Formats: sequence, structure tokens, C-alpha cells
Amino acid sequence: MSKQRLSGWGRTAWTVADVVTTNEPDQIRQLISGAGERGVIARGLGRSYGAAAQNAGGTVIEMANESDPLGIDAVLDPVSGLLDVAAGVSLDSILRMCVPRGWFVPVTPGTRFVTVGGAISSDVHGKNHHLDGSFGQHVLSITLMLASGEIVELSPTEKPAWFWATVGGMGLTGIILRASIAMLPIESAKVRVETERLGNFDAVCEAMASDGADDDYRYSVCWVDLLATGANMGRGVLTRGDHAKASEVDSDDPCAYDPRLNVSAPGWVPNGLLNKFSIKVFNEAWYRKAPSKRHVGLESIPAFFHPLDGVNKWNRLYGNQGFIQYQFIVPLDRTDVLRKVIETFSAAGVGSFLAVLKRMGLQNLAPMSFPTEGWTLTLDIAAGIKGLAELLSKVDTMVLDAGGRHYLAKDSHVSPVAVHRGYPRLDEWMETQHQMDPHGIWRSDLARRLGLIEPRRS
Amino acid sequence: MKNGVGVAQNIVLFGGTSEIGQAILKRVVKPGVAHLVLVSRDIEAAAEASQGLMDEYSDLEVHHVRYDASDSESIVHVVDEVVAAVGDIDVAILAQGVLNEGHDYFENPAGLVSMANVNFTGKMVLMYSLAARMRTQGYGKIVLLSSVAGERVRKGNPAYGATKAGIDGFALALDHELVGSGASVLVVRPGFVTTKMTAGMSKAPFSTDADSVAKIVEKGISSNSKVVWAPGVLQWMFLVLKNLPIAIWRRLPL
Repeated sequence: MSKQRLSGWGRTAWTVADVVTTNEPDQIRQLISGAGERGVIARGLGRSYGAAAQNAGGTVIEMANESDPLGIDAVLDPVSGLLDVAAGVSLDSILRMCVPRGWFVPVTPGTRFVTVGGAISSDVHGKNHHLDGSFGQHVLSITLMLASGEIVELSPTEKPAWFWATVGGMGLTGIILRASIAMLPIESAKVRVETERLGNFDAVCEAMASDGADDDYRYSVCWVDLLATGANMGRGVLTRGDHAKASEVDSDDPCAYDPRLNVSAPGWVPNGLLNKFSIKVFNEAWYRKAPSKRHVGLESIPAFFHPLDGVNKWNRLYGNQGFIQYQFIVPLDRTDVLRKVIETFSAAGVGSFLAVLKRMGLQNLAPMSFPTEGWTLTLDIAAGIKGLAELLSKVDTMVLDAGGRHYLAKDSHVSPVAVHRGYPRLDEWMETQHQMDPHGIWRSDLARRLGLIEPRRS
Repeated sequence: MKNGVGVAQNIVLFGGTSEIGQAILKRVVKPGVAHLVLVSRDIEAAAEASQGLMDEYSDLEVHHVRYDASDSESIVHVVDEVVAAVGDIDVAILAQGVLNEGHDYFENPAGLVSMANVNFTGKMVLMYSLAARMRTQGYGKIVLLSSVAGERVRKGNPAYGATKAGIDGFALALDHELVGSGASVLVVRPGFVTTKMTAGMSKAPFSTDADSVAKIVEKGISSNSKVVWAPGVLQWMFLVLKNLPIAIWRRLPL
């Protein structure tokens, strides 16, 4: 056990906790029983942007153990595609193991460096949400250690309330030890991608609308230029596609998979390197780089799904002040709010390096799962920008007034009221959480800030 | 809990009626601040001083805790009271202090005891209590309003300067002691600040006002500085002043 300073991927709001790396149930049980009043939280690869996997003054259990000499703790059923996997295993490891055998993860977020435990706790989504839903919908069972030390099996049929409280439960219902996941069969490690440039925000919304052709593509996402103004406001580059068939790939080994980290961000970067001027230049280049006519081509899995993973530790590009990721969702008919939010950021001169728009499908059964049917916009913002707290609070209100909400795995600033308004089933979830953790063992900085847990009850 | 854009959820001001303290609050209270605790001798005056903030932020909960800054023994319980009211303390601003300009300590040396209690002894007790709490929390920031008067103590008000010198040195070493705990101390060294405390006194060179100090403090908190000067130029001025030979120092018209 050692004292360590922790933050999320955004590198803001650092706090100190006792950190232990283990995935041994007996050792975890001991840590729970020895926990003081600051409690315990599990941490995976620290990819949530805010304070979800840190616990000021308490205990943090690091579950990820990528250097395990015994190899990846995962078993794939080659017939059914069912993967039984330890919670600390990353999607990166799973892909390395499964893609060559013709199986893909059912849902992947924008980075493959997340653990299975983290993916379930945040109920992550990807470019296929409009058709396939979020990660939790592909989880068949969860092995969970409760605060009492007892280990329970949860599934959509076995203790469903506890299962769905754990999906999207931000690690506050227990420690996920294992899960079984239904993998997706693929014929190749390539993705057939259609790329098109859309000159303004109306064109973007129209192309991705639910009554259009968007549902013909398994994967769909649009990069949006937040700094473009006037007639170009909200212009974007839409990429859509699906896994390529073996016949489309000119190779003896269509499932060959070789993800490489290309470069690392430098160890130190001055604050303000990514500012509205540098971002404007980048945005212009990114937009121009995309073909002006619709273009179809084959891309690798990392290039299509995890472009930022190509730069190791890219989160350092924002300097030591860090950055926040702002992700919210509004109902399908509220594109007016999206436009207003984009205009508000643009007017304030707040640029975003890679803003992403996606139409999401139906909500699942988890009370705290983020995706609902609607539009979700995601943007990175440097944390040191002057007046950011005031600006975000204004945007928060626009989102909430439109019946929208914020994604807790990314959040690092909303108020407790925003969660209550955005998640109407919060009280129900808190009741279930209380049943599963009557003494309030599980705590995180995120939970403290948002009042997701009551002050310690014992 | 602090958030990712530098907003502290729970802020405590010791010396709730202090003008500089209130000016700092005006800067650091933003959307997202949930609780503000004003610790003061005179609750009514502190409430009046913070009325503007309460009007501006309707969600802000303001709590009052009464204390006697010169009672350095009972001060140890004040932090417990604050924690009972709001839980974790994100930022604690220590702005209480007495100047006692014009007091004749040759006539009444016993009067020094209460001054030393407010400016030095009580603050040490308070800062250790706060530091203990923040160490348990794994994070937290103590902002100490020191003074350039402690940089090189001079005649006129040697006792005041000495208490500032003492607490300034203490605070820096306490911050050193807290390395690795998540808690830290920011020492603020203003020059002559025009407030009611200094009303009627002749202004020293590079005098400043409470809001200018507050602006520097806000920046110091967000950039995680150890020491900030207000105005900044005083840092370089005192680098020289501190090292002047006594014979020259005593001849300066300061």
C-alpha cells in the first residue's frame, strides 16, 4: 500500500489515496474490512476523465494488471463467442486475443485502454450505439464482490436490479471481479468506412437522422468543427461503416491484427499549446483532409475506432492544468439546443480539439446508464480557460432544460442538482446501492462531489 | 470536493468580516460552490459582508461559526465545528489578524499577548488542525494571509511584523511537511492594502487594494503556487530590502 496522487485522464482535481494493486479476492476482502471512513473504490486504467476512480484520503484498488506473467485472464468459447474475462483485463488485450480468432468486442469506446470492469461501471458506448446499445447490454453475467466481502453472481435474470445498478453504477455497488461478454463475430480485422464532408450543421443532423440511411451502418459518428462560424457553422466529417467481409480484404490472413502505438506525447507541454488558434488551424486541416466527395475505403481497427490511442499519453498535450471532456445528450428533437451549445462555446472562443457528434439509440434498463435516444456531443476543453466554470454552468442549464443529461464517466464539473435533474431514476438507484452497500464502503471523489452516496451511514 | 475546473465545493473563511477575505470570496465563489462557512467573532457583521454573494448565488449555503481568534486554546474545536457543518474542507482562507497600529507597548506590554494569539499562536493551532483534517481528506488548500511586514521586521510596529514573520515561516515549513499528503498551503504576502484596517495610515509605496490581492490569490490557488506577492513587484523589492546592511536599512524612509 502506498500513498499516491491520482487524477482521471483529464489530469485535473488530483487527490491522494492509499493505492493497492491486486485482483485477489482475499486481499480485496481484507482491504474492505480494514477500510477507514474514507472508504474504497476500484480503479482500472484511469481512462475516465474526471474523478470516478479516485478516492481522496481513502483506499483505491488498482485492478488492471497487464503484466500478469500468466497471460490474459480470459477464456473465449470459439463456438458461441462467449468471453469469460477478469475485470482488470483491458479491451486492448481482449482485441489482441480475439480479433485474430474472428471475434470483436461488442462495444468499444474511443480508446481500447479501458478495463472490462471500467467499461461495465461506466456502461460505455461506441459508434454502434444507435443499433447495438451500450456495453452493459452485451454482458451476460457479472461476478461482484459486495462490501460485506460476499461474492455474488449477477445477470439480467439473476438479481436483475443489482445487475442493472452495477451497469453504469460507477463502481459504487461493489468490485467487479469477472464478467462474461457476448463477442461479435467478424470476418476480417478491417473496417469498410465511408467518409463524407458535410458543410454545415444542418447537413450533419440530416445525414445522421434516425429516419435516414444512418441505421444501415453499424458504426456512425461525426467529427464537428466547433470553431467554424457563419455558413460553415457546425461543419463536420461523417464516418460510417461496418466490419469488412473476408472477401473484401485482399489478404491470406484477413483477421491479422497489429495495433501499434505510434508516438508518445512529450513529458512536458506548456499550458495553452492547444488554444483556439492552434485548434482552428488543426480543424481546418482535418476538414480539408477529408475527401470532398463521399469516399469508401478500408481502415484498420485502431485507425477507425481508436485514433487517439495512436498517441501514447495524449492527455498531456493540454499541459499541467489538464482538460475536461464535456459530454451531454439531448432528445432527438432538440437539435436546436445542440446548435445553441455550439454557438455558445464558439462565441466564448472555446475551441475543442475533436468534437464528436453521435445519434444514440434506445436507453437500456440501467438507471444510471448515460445513453438515451438522442444526440450526444462530446468535446475536450482545456481546464485553465478563464471563466470556464461560469460558461459550463450556463451550458449545463441549457442541456438540463432540454431534458438532457451529462455522462458521469467524463464528468468533472457538474453540480449534484444536475445529476438529480438529468437522471430521474437516481433515487431508485441510490436505494439499490444502499441495499448492496448498507455501510457506505464504496466511495469516490466523483460520488462525493455529486452526492451519489450518502455520508457514511455506519 | 473540488472539481475539474478549479471550483472548490466547500470554502471556509476565518476572519469572516475581513475585507481582503471577503474580496477573495468574491473571486473564488463561482457556480459549483455549495457551502461557504464564515468563521468570525461577529456573525451579524460577517452575514452582512457576504450578503452580496448570497444574492448572486441562490444555491450557495452560508454557514456561520462563532469564534474568538485570540483564544488559541479553544480554537482547536473550531475545525471540528466546520467539518460537522459541511464535511470536507476544500479551501480554508485565514484572514483574521490585528494590526494595533499606534499601540504603545512600552506602556502596555501585556497587550502583546492577545495580538500574538490572534496573529501567531492561534493561527498555528488552527493551521495544524486544518492540516490534520486535510491530510485525512487526501486534499485541501490552506490560504494564509501573511504580509511583507514579516519579510524584514521594522520599527513602528515590530510586534505585528514579528508575528507575520513567525507565521509566514511556519506556514512554508508546514507546507513542506504536507508534501505527498494532497494538502498544501499558499502563503500570500500583500504589501500595504487600503482597507478599514489601514484607514488613516499613510500609504506605503506600491500600495494595493483588496480586489487586486484577491485576483493574485485566485491565480495562486489555481496554479498551485507556494507563495504569492501582491503586487508581484514586491517580491523583487524585498529581495533587495532584505539583504541591505542594517545601517542602510535603518536609514530608509519606510
